[in-house]
Amino acid sequence: MIVGVAIKMLFIVLVIMGLFLPLITWVERKQAAVMQDRIGANRADLLGVTAMGLLHPAADVVKLLSKEDMVPSGANRFIHQIAPMVALVPAIITLAVIPFGGVYQFGDATVSLVVADIDWGMLYILAVGSLATYGAVMAGWASNNNWGLLGSIRASAQMISYEVTMGLSIVGLFMCYGTLRLTEMAVAQDSTFRVFGFLEHIFGLSGPWFAWLDWITLPAWGIFLQPLGFILFLTCIMAENKRPPFDAPEGESELVAGYHMEYSAMRFGLFYTAEFLEVPVIGAIVATLFLGGWSIPWLSTADIVGAVGGAFGQGFASGLCMILHVGSFLLKVVLMIWFQMALRWTLPRFRYDQVMDLCWKMILPISIANIFITGALVLWLDG
Amino acid sequence: MMDGALFFYIFAALAVAGALGMVLNFRNAVAGALSLVGTMVSLGAIYVLLDAYLIGVLQVLVYAGAIVVLFLFVVMLLNLRRESFSAERQRAVKLAAAGLGVLVLLAFLSLLPGAFREAAALPEGFGGYRQVGMALFTDWLLAFEATSLLLLAAMVGAVILAKRDIE
Amino acid sequence: MIVPIEHAIALSAVLFAIGAIGALTRRNLIVILMCIELMLNAVNLALVAFSRLHADLAGHIFVLMVIVVAAAEVAVGLGIVISLFRNRDSMDVEEVSLLKW
Repeated sequence: MIVGVAIKMLFIVLVIMGLFLPLITWVERKQAAVMQDRIGANRADLLGVTAMGLLHPAADVVKLLSKEDMVPSGANRFIHQIAPMVALVPAIITLAVIPFGGVYQFGDATVSLVVADIDWGMLYILAVGSLATYGAVMAGWASNNNWGLLGSIRASAQMISYEVTMGLSIVGLFMCYGTLRLTEMAVAQDSTFRVFGFLEHIFGLSGPWFAWLDWITLPAWGIFLQPLGFILFLTCIMAENKRPPFDAPEGESELVAGYHMEYSAMRFGLFYTAEFLEVPVIGAIVATLFLGGWSIPWLSTADIVGAVGGAFGQGFASGLCMILHVGSFLLKVVLMIWFQMALRWTLPRFRYDQVMDLCWKMILPISIANIFITGALVLWLDG
Repeated sequence: MMDGALFFYIFAALAVAGALGMVLNFRNAVAGALSLVGTMVSLGAIYVLLDAYLIGVLQVLVYAGAIVVLFLFVVMLLNLRRESFSAERQRAVKLAAAGLGVLVLLAFLSLLPGAFREAAALPEGFGGYRQVGMALFTDWLLAFEATSLLLLAAMVGAVILAKRDIE
Repeated sequence: MIVPIEHAIALSAVLFAIGAIGALTRRNLIVILMCIELMLNAVNLALVAFSRLHADLAGHIFVLMVIVVAAAEVAVGLGIVISLFRNRDSMDVEEVSLLKW
């Protein structure tokens, strides 16, 4: 039990923090270069090997670790020093409830690929996300710097506002799945639904003339069940994590650098890490809620086991499922990372009042409407 | 069995430390509010240990994630000076401390063995969002509806109060 | 039962006392509001503990109501504090004595 949890934690830490994190800093630089018609990072070399700039993350870490850790005069020393950690921790512990694979049977042993399978997993993510505000607030206030303080006031107002709408935008999804447990959500998405099934259900159209419609199916993913909820949730979670184009709290043109402007060396590095860690975390949350988690479209676990289980044995089928599912999950996360990066270099930063107007005047009413429509549809179709 | 109790004492100590840190911090209100966050999060953990899962999450989400952030927001917006004890207040301190000391002593009487009966056996899913939701939307529906009115009134009141000029 | 109920009640009493002492003795309005929040939290803890003792969900519902009241109170209270600060440039309760005779 303890050993299993330790292995899973190690996997998450290694894959997300050891592999994704350095790669994302590289991808961000290279993608910026490509989109701005430059060559991009390619100068860091080790014995003449530049490896397309892949050594830059390592060079970054060496630089950040070897610089002087400054505390500005008049700063609150203790809070200034713990703020970066407070900013980083929520991003890491969110990963605990995300299932990166299903439940697999190997003989007598059952392997469940999630660190903590708690019943209120989605509420946990929302609660942990709400604590992430404090890193920004503490950093800006403790630095004794006006721009830092303005940045943290912006950050706290933006994060409180988008927390509300983020919660409301996925209520419809909870109604569809009937659970808040993330592993159950992923299992629910490991199937397909008939796109034109409602014709039969509502209008009573069936028979040979409509039989061919049964062949048109879609994976029962959140993005197909709740297309509006997907757009709203994606907007909210990016704004809540201050990702571009919602990064008004650190807008260089107005606030120099925002709440972390008085940080140097590895304490700045921790803010930097937190910000880049949020990219795969957002990707993992969106993939789990809306993109089917670890499921493979049109190929459910039962299909795979049925196809290979007889010929090669149950253990082989489970192992194959596990590898395919983890691969599918990581592929979706990479897709979401690519999407966020593309967005980052495409859209200009919103003005601060536009960010708040979008939250309270657009997303909030639309998500409430979404809740009512979804609730009515769920009642109608189920009842 | 002992692990849960051990966690309870750790979080209880954190909660009391955070509360004392808030009340005894006369220099700046921001540090006091941050110390209150520690209390709120510890209480959330204690609720989970007491099988109140939904309440525990809401505690972190609403108290730590929203209410204390609002306090911080206002403290940071307004410039606060260091406060001092006035003579009138000092008398109040002694009276309050004496009265509450008696209250706490009375409360500690509950620690005597046999003050409480054994806790009842828990039904399946006690304190989860399903059970609390069922209770809230059946037995307590009227109270739930009334709180929505309260929230609406508070929202309007807050906007009117904080507005700079009202035509 | 992993948490001794009596200890939870004692913790609740201690937190309530700390909050009450703070609310009675501090002069900063914002700190007084925070102390009131602390007292509400202490009451919540007692409600949750008794709810656990009797395995009855009514206590949880009460806590939900208290959280709503606390949120409403903070919104209105901080609104009052802000408008007070605008008019008096102070957040000392002793200076807000216009209606005191």
